[in-house]
Amino acid sequence: MSHPKPTPVGGKLLTPFFGVLLLFWALGTAAGTVRFLQGLGAASAMNDGYPWGIWIAVDVVVGTALGSGGFAVALLVYILNRGKFHPLVRPALLTSALGYTAGATAIVFDVGRYWNLWKVPLAYNGRYNWTSGLLEVALCVMAYTAVLWVEISPAFLERWKEQPGPLQGLARFALPLVEKAFPVVLAFGVVLPAMHQSTLGSLFLVSVTKLHKLWHTPFLPALFLVSCVGMGYAAVVVESVFSARAFRRPLETRMLSDLAGIMAGLTAVFLGLRLVDIVLRGRLGLAFALDFHALVFWLEVALAAVAAGMLWTSRGTRDAGALLRGAFAVMAAGGLYRVDVYLTAFDPGNGWRYFPSVGEILVTLGIVAVETMVYIYIVRKYPILAGAPAPAGGRA
Amino acid sequence: MKLSRRELLTGLAAAGAAAAVPSPAEARDRKVAEAGSVGMLYDSTLCIGCRACVVKCKEANQLPQDRATLNGAPYDAPPDLNGTTKNVIKLAAAGGRSAFMKSQCMHCVDPACVSVCMIGALAKNASTGIVTYDKDGCVGCRYCQVACPFNVPKFNWDKAAPQIVKCELCRHRGEPKKPGVRQIADPACCEVCPRGAVVYGKRSDLLQEAQRRLKTQPDRYEAKVYGDQDAGGTQVLYLTAKGVPFRALGLPDVGDEAAPALSESISHGIYYGMVAPVALFGAALLTIRKNRKQADEEGA
Ligand code: SF4
Ligand code: SF4
Ligand code: SF4
Repeated sequence: MSHPKPTPVGGKLLTPFFGVLLLFWALGTAAGTVRFLQGLGAASAMNDGYPWGIWIAVDVVVGTALGSGGFAVALLVYILNRGKFHPLVRPALLTSALGYTAGATAIVFDVGRYWNLWKVPLAYNGRYNWTSGLLEVALCVMAYTAVLWVEISPAFLERWKEQPGPLQGLARFALPLVEKAFPVVLAFGVVLPAMHQSTLGSLFLVSVTKLHKLWHTPFLPALFLVSCVGMGYAAVVVESVFSARAFRRPLETRMLSDLAGIMAGLTAVFLGLRLVDIVLRGRLGLAFALDFHALVFWLEVALAAVAAGMLWTSRGTRDAGALLRGAFAVMAAGGLYRVDVYLTAFDPGNGWRYFPSVGEILVTLGIVAVETMVYIYIVRKYPILAGAPAPAGGRA
Repeated sequence: MKLSRRELLTGLAAAGAAAAVPSPAEARDRKVAEAGSVGMLYDSTLCIGCRACVVKCKEANQLPQDRATLNGAPYDAPPDLNGTTKNVIKLAAAGGRSAFMKSQCMHCVDPACVSVCMIGALAKNASTGIVTYDKDGCVGCRYCQVACPFNVPKFNWDKAAPQIVKCELCRHRGEPKKPGVRQIADPACCEVCPRGAVVYGKRSDLLQEAQRRLKTQPDRYEAKVYGDQDAGGTQVLYLTAKGVPFRALGLPDVGDEAAPALSESISHGIYYGMVAPVALFGAALLTIRKNRKQADEEGA
C-alpha cells in the first residue's frame, strides 16, 4: 500500500492566530513568575485539603490521555497491523510528544520542591519506593516522553539530512540507528503508556475514604487505560480535521470514519465496565441519591453514551462534522471522568473547597499556547502531515 | 482491510489484562506495630483546653506564631494544623456537650503517606515506628496530603521553598542521657501538659493503660480505644468521653484496614514480579518485528 508522503506545510509563521497564542504565553509566564517567586499559594487556589488542582488533573492527567494518540495509533498500525492508518502516525506522534512535554512542564510548575526532581530517577536514599504509584508514573512519563521524541525524530532527521550544515552529519549518523532501533522503541511506546496511564487511575486507590464510592473501585486502573485509548484516537481525529482545514491538506475522511467505530467500541467497553462494577459492588443506590455526586455521575454516563452513539452512527458516513462532534464527546467524557476522580469526587472533608484560580488557568492556557505554537512551527518546517505542500500557505 | 470489533477488543483485552486488571493476588499481610513502637495517648476527658501543648510544640519545633486578631487584640491562635502548626487543640461539640481534641500526626502503623511518597522523604522508622520527614529528598508533590486519611501533612503554600510540615514526635528532642523512651524521642506537648491528658510512651504500654481506664471507669468513656485498630492501627491513641463519639472529635470512621493494604495489593497484583509489563513488551516487540518483516516482503 502506498501513501502520500509527509511533507512540510510551509507558509509564514506569524499569523494573527499565532499572535493570540503569544499573548497567552506572556500571560502564563507572568502567572508562573508569581508562582516561582512567591509560592504556590500566591498563584493558585490549591490548599491543604485539595493539594492537587488543575495543573495535575487537567494538564497532566487529561493532557497525557489526549496525548495517547501516539500510543493508540501505534497499537493500530504496528500491533494490529492496520497499515492504512499509517498517514496518521506522524501527526499523532507529534501531538503526543508535545502533549507529554506539556504535561511534564506542568509538573515542574506544580511540585513545590522542583529542584529535587532530579533525585527521583536516581533513587534518592539508594532505593526506589515501588509502593508509590507516583514513582512509576514519574519514571514512565519521563521515559515515554523521550521515547516519543525518538519515535518522531525521523521527521527531523530526514529534513536535516537534505540540508548541508552541522546537522547533516548528525542526521546521516543517527537516522540509520533510529531506524534499526525502531521496533524496540515502538515496543516501549506501547508498554510505557499502558503502565502509567493505568497507574494514573491507581493513584486514587489509596484514597479509600476521600474518593466518593461511585468512583473508588479496584477497576480504576482498567478504566483509566481503556478511556485513554479512546481519548487518544479522538485527539488524532480532532487534530487531523483542524490541520486539514488550517493547512489545506486533504482530509482522510474514510480513514477517520473507520476510527469512529473503534472509538464507539472503546467508549462502550468503558461504560460497560463502569456500570457493571458499580452494580456488582452494590453501589448503584448511590447513583440515585439525588445529590451533587449522583448528578455528576449521570452527566459522565450520559456524555459517554452520547459519544458512543454519535460515533457509532457516523461510522460509514465520511461526515467530518459528525466525526468531529463525536471525537469531542469522547474527549469530554474521558476528561470529565478524570477530573471527577482527581477533583470533583474527591472530598477531604472539613469543609475544604477548591476552584481553580485565574493564575492556575493562565499557566494552563500558557502551556497549551506554547504547545500549539511549537506544533505549528514544526508542521510548517518538517515532514509531518501527509499530502502535497499547499501553494500559498495556510490560515493558521 | 477492515478491523473487526472482535479483533480490536481481543487486542485491547490482552493489553488491558496485562497492565490494568487487578489480578486476584493475595491481599498483603496486615502490618503490626513493632515491639519498640512509641506513641502518645490523648485522653479527651482530662484535657482542659489550656493549649500549653500548642505553644510548646511551636517553640520546640521553631515554628512561627499563627496570628489571629480578636476584638483588636492579637492571639497566637492557629485554627487548624497548617504550614506553621504541627499540633492543635480544637473544641468539639456533640449534642449538648463539648470536648477538647488534640490533632497531630497519628504515626500510623501502616502509613499511607509513606506508602505513596515516591522518593522516601516520608519514612517509618523500623524500630520506633516514628513517621519521619526528610526535606532534602521531598519534591513537594503533595501526594502524601492526598493519601493521608487524617489530613495531617501540611504544606507551605506561601513559600517559594516550601516543605511538608507534620509532627515527627519530637524525635529531635530525644537524647541518650534522658531516661527510658525519652532517649528515642521526647514530645514537648506531653512534657508541658499540666493534666497528663497527653502522655508519651511505648505503644504497648499506652494501649494497656487506655484499656485499664476503660475497664475501671466504663461510665466515663466510650468503650473503645481509637487507633488500636483504626486505619490499620496508629501509634497515637485516643480516649473520648461517653456520649462524645470519636467522629465528633474529628477522628473519621476509616475502618480497621489501612488504605495501603488495598492499594498496594492491587498494584502488586498488576506488577507482580514485573511479569505483565515484561510479557507485554516481549509480545509487542515480536508483533512489531513480524509485521515489519511482512511489510518489507510485500514491498519488495
Ligand atoms: S496520620 Fe497521616 S501523616 Fe501521620 S503517619 Fe498517618 S498517614 Fe502519615
Ligand atoms: S510532598 Fe514530599 S513528602 Fe509528600 S509525598 Fe511528595 S515527596 Fe513525599
Ligand atoms: S510530639 Fe512534638 S511535634 Fe508532635 S505534637 Fe507533640 S510537641 Fe508537636
